[in-house]
Amino acid sequence: MPAQSSASRASPPASFIDEVIAATPGSDPHLELCVQCGTCGGSCPSGPDMEHTPRQLFAMIEAGMKEDVLRSNTPWYCVSCYYCTVRCPQDVHITDIMYTLKRMAIKEGMYRESTAADAPDFSETFIDFVEHYGRSFELGLATLYHLKHHPLGAVKMAGFGLGMLRRGRMDLTPNKIEGIDQLKTILAKAKELSNDNSNGKGGGR
Amino acid sequence: MKYGYYPGCTLERNAIAYHQSAMAVAKKLDIEFTEVDDWNCCGATEYISIDALPAYALIARNLALASQQKLNGNGNQLVAPCSACYLNLQKTDHYMADSPELAQQVNTALEAGGLNYDPGSVRVRHLLDILTQDVGYDAVAEKVTKPLYNLRIAPYYGCMIVRPSFDDTYDNPEYPTCLDDLMRNLGATVVDYPVKAHCCGGHMTQISETVALDLIRRLLKNAADYQADMIVTLCPMCQLNLGGYQEAVNKHFGTDYKIPILYFTQLMGLAFGIKPKELGFGKEFVSANPALEKIGAEPPPKPKKQRRSKEALPMPNSTEGM
Repeated sequence: MPAQSSASRASPPASFIDEVIAATPGSDPHLELCVQCGTCGGSCPSGPDMEHTPRQLFAMIEAGMKEDVLRSNTPWYCVSCYYCTVRCPQDVHITDIMYTLKRMAIKEGMYRESTAADAPDFSETFIDFVEHYGRSFELGLATLYHLKHHPLGAVKMAGFGLGMLRRGRMDLTPNKIEGIDQLKTILAKAKELSNDNSNGKGGGR
Repeated sequence: MKYGYYPGCTLERNAIAYHQSAMAVAKKLDIEFTEVDDWNCCGATEYISIDALPAYALIARNLALASQQKLNGNGNQLVAPCSACYLNLQKTDHYMADSPELAQQVNTALEAGGLNYDPGSVRVRHLLDILTQDVGYDAVAEKVTKPLYNLRIAPYYGCMIVRPSFDDTYDNPEYPTCLDDLMRNLGATVVDYPVKAHCCGGHMTQISETVALDLIRRLLKNAADYQADMIVTLCPMCQLNLGGYQEAVNKHFGTDYKIPILYFTQLMGLAFGIKPKELGFGKEFVSANPALEKIGAEPPPKPKKQRRSKEALPMPNSTEGM
């Protein structure tokens, strides 16, 4: 398939690769420029544990294999180290694409069938505290997430938590910012715009 | 020198040793930090995994506040000590400048809260960057009163300050050296180990622990192979993963690593003659006391044992060494 120019992205029905590109705000992620060299997979610290290397995943995106891509554990195993991004000869913003694929997998509900099914809940629990208080809250995050997903492992984590508390490294209550109402208003507006974008009302990228 | 300061959530508590030592060192070097008033969390690597626009708006609120509060006369520069905060702030500024459409949408959200951010109006810097580039190695060396002659240090950069390196990067994304040079100027011996910019596992400790343990083991093993007394880092996540999970690594792989993980500002403070207890020593998971002995520094006071009232119900003791 020839590389598609950005000018052709607007016309529906969008192919999967166009969808991925459109859902990646900010700088152009250059996804259509991937030449399948494999530098990304070879640079990836968690590559051996991924179901597909980034290179494979990009070939699957190009081939329109949406469901397989969104069910893959690959985006969730990305550790955001950006080695692939700085080494990519085509300047594909690989880490950014991984974030996009996580968001799409959540939206389509497909992550539940992947081997990284717990991962989105960690992110969601984290942002829940941020949305309510304006700051992150480690004790609350660890307690809620581990009790829900690894109740047996939570015992082990409790020891870890005690170590943190004894060293004065963990707060017992969350810290709330003064402008929390302002922050909530900003986030609500941003979510509204984000929904409009994905429903095709906004301008995409 | 004056800068704006964005501590980020971890420096309030988990990485308080980083904050304390950074402030102590800044005082010695005549740096004035003004904290952004009412800053919020940067979202770490989690918010952007859920929804992009709110994630950028969350970060941009901080940039808008920093810009509005005109925190310094130094070209409105904002210093972040945490790698994730640094990258998030820098990325948002950079992407908003790159994509007018993103800038417009983020500003529509900010305006709902009475704020606005003009991309490029705040310059985001990392603490290591300003200490090595603005203050400079010579000025740092001048302040050294207790050189760290007997210490073998493994400088650890992690990922997000050297990659993806937006605009004018201050070090090499594959083979950074500024922390090496800084430690050498304190009198320490620096070990040139190959994995100094590899990943600490990030949030994988929470999502798939075995993946993270293997990444942490690689770093510990490499530093131990080079006979480092300690690993020195500049990121709260790296410090937590390498220190807090060292025991788990030892259990999982049958190893016996005892490598203290410290912040680079703690080492600067030691060399400047500041007392360890004022630099947050004693909060690390693997004690730095043997290393402190090597340079003749006074170890921090032991935490007081909590006394239990005789009236209280019997409770199991928490595990020693956790």
